[in-house]
Amino acid sequence: MSIITEFKIGDTLEVTLDPVSRLDLIKYAGASGDFNPIHTIDAEAKNAGLPGIIAHGMWTMGNLSKLFTPYYGEGFIKEFKVRFASMVFLNDMITLRAELEEERDGELLFNVSAVNQKDQVVVKGTVQFTRYE
Amino acid sequence: MSKEWIGKQSNKVKNRVDRLLVKRFAESIGDLHPFYVDEEFGENARYGRNIAPPTFPRTLDYGVIEGVELPKKGLIHGEETYIYNRPLLVDEVVYCYAKIEDYYEKVGKSGGKMGFVIIKRFGEDEKGDLIFTEIQNVIITEAVRKEMKV
Repeated sequence: MSIITEFKIGDTLEVTLDPVSRLDLIKYAGASGDFNPIHTIDAEAKNAGLPGIIAHGMWTMGNLSKLFTPYYGEGFIKEFKVRFASMVFLNDMITLRAELEEERDGELLFNVSAVNQKDQVVVKGTVQFTRYE
Repeated sequence: MSKEWIGKQSNKVKNRVDRLLVKRFAESIGDLHPFYVDEEFGENARYGRNIAPPTFPRTLDYGVIEGVELPKKGLIHGEETYIYNRPLLVDEVVYCYAKIEDYYEKVGKSGGKMGFVIIKRFGEDEKGDLIFTEIQNVIITEAVRKEMKV
């Protein structure tokens, strides 16, 4: 495994998820306690004017954080900030990306994003990873 | 929703970071890493125990802000931020509360007003030291604002 604190500016982490399934969103609803039915029930999503159920924004944000999990021996996420730019639908193929933008006094600043199969950004933000002394 | 809600906050609620819930949550985001779920691995790691994923505080109870009721439907989650002083630990007690940080309105495309609510949520340890802050930006659409008759 690579060592995050040896990353160079421009180095990236990337993973593409399996297509979004209803079961993914049912599991997230149960685990998070967010039972807004637009995330799990077709009729409710249609009532809300959506073409179909959409993923919880927090599901995508939660997935994005896992790019950093292998590195928690070296430091921790000090700040994780995102904007929900676009909706995620069933069967979307989401690619998660992080790119090291800047390093300063033990702080690693990453630009992070989640992008769908049409190359549309669905989540965009930053992660500040603080190295332990 | 109105400007009178700005500054209102809930009473602190005692939570415990539940091991099984951390495991379910980690699984739901496809991240069953030993840092989160393997007890022995956690004992040998920096904090001597497992930690929770950074977005796990989603699951905690922040109490009720008296007199503030957001609509159940038609809210759009615009932005989300977590700020940590250290990771949240499995099995630890955390006192949580929420506060309405700001509310403002903007005129939307069809001429009606959209509402923007900024909610801050906090998690403190038993000594009252802050572990994490969450900042959530929520948009109340024009259609929902009309139904609320504000």
